[in-house]
Amino acid sequence: MLGSITILLVCQLVGEVTARVLTLPVPGPVLGMLLLFLGLLVRGGVPRSMTDTAGGLLRNLSLLFVPAGVGVVAHLSRLADEALPIAAALIGSTLLSIAVTAWVMAALLRRAGRNGEPRA
Amino acid sequence: MNERLLDIWVYLSASPLAGLTLTLVAYQAGLWLFERCGRTPLVNPVLIAVMLIIATLKTLRIDYQTYFDGAQFVHFLLGPATVALAVPLYNQFHQVRRSAPAMLAALLVGSLTAAGSAVALGWLFGASERTLLSLAPKSVTTPIAMGIAEQLGGLPSLTAVLVILTGIVGATLGSSVLNLIRVTDWRARGFGMGVAAHGIGTARALQVNETAGAFSGLAMGLNGLATAVLLPVLLRLFS
Repeated sequence: MLGSITILLVCQLVGEVTARVLTLPVPGPVLGMLLLFLGLLVRGGVPRSMTDTAGGLLRNLSLLFVPAGVGVVAHLSRLADEALPIAAALIGSTLLSIAVTAWVMAALLRRAGRNGEPRA
Repeated sequence: MNERLLDIWVYLSASPLAGLTLTLVAYQAGLWLFERCGRTPLVNPVLIAVMLIIATLKTLRIDYQTYFDGAQFVHFLLGPATVALAVPLYNQFHQVRRSAPAMLAALLVGSLTAAGSAVALGWLFGASERTLLSLAPKSVTTPIAMGIAEQLGGLPSLTAVLVILTGIVGATLGSSVLNLIRVTDWRARGFGMGVAAHGIGTARALQVNETAGAFSGLAMGLNGLATAVLLPVLLRLFS
């Protein structure tokens, strides 16, 4: 487990440094994810301990958003002043984007499926 | 006795222990309620935890910064957890590769819808310019969204909050919307959640199905990239 945590942190660190050195618009952890993904491809499988560690972190992923979510206290007055536009934008736009994205993807996947097996 | 209490209070406010424990206890309470209500997405553990913590902070008159000094250890784990998304992505790679063209088209449409409709709806209902600029990157994962908001002239700390609220909306109501429009493909369902509701949507997708989780995690990363590239260009075109 310690080994997998070390690998996760090393990937993140390399990602953070790369993003800053090359001034990329991508955050370090996303580059780190790419790096670990490439590592797994090269290795040709996920080690047992990495499966456990990653699984443990991802099962509790929503916990990790709690501290930032509490930051809402610092903006309560603005949120109250503009409650209607903010609520309309958050709820309307989020649900619309989920629907549009999933619908487009499902339609294209169906079409690809109908045109015979896609070339792998 | 009062002095003893004061000593304890001083110790607790200087150490990360209290903020950290409060975060975990509140989240456990949220999870417990979620389980008790039959794991319905309408009872969101993040939302419950946030409300419990805010109530505690208000009652004890603790400011956010003091709380965050302790809770930042939980916050920090967002980085390694994002890296860990490589594992479900790898496990589902054969599926991901097969659906690449559909994914890219859905990403482009979804990314533009997420930013465009947020600004349009906010503007329609009379949001201030500052708020509009902070709303534009609301579907993108926190660190990228804050960077984009700063670049556009919004308020990064407000954006961070709007991003979390967006995630909660997506995680609580997303499944119902997907059922309503009859999308049953796990790949499409996950991808929609990830594009529109980033990590919190991904957390929800992972609860339901591993394929959905992998596509959601990938969508989160891709939409971060797409929005960071597209939004500043679009804003220059329109203003």
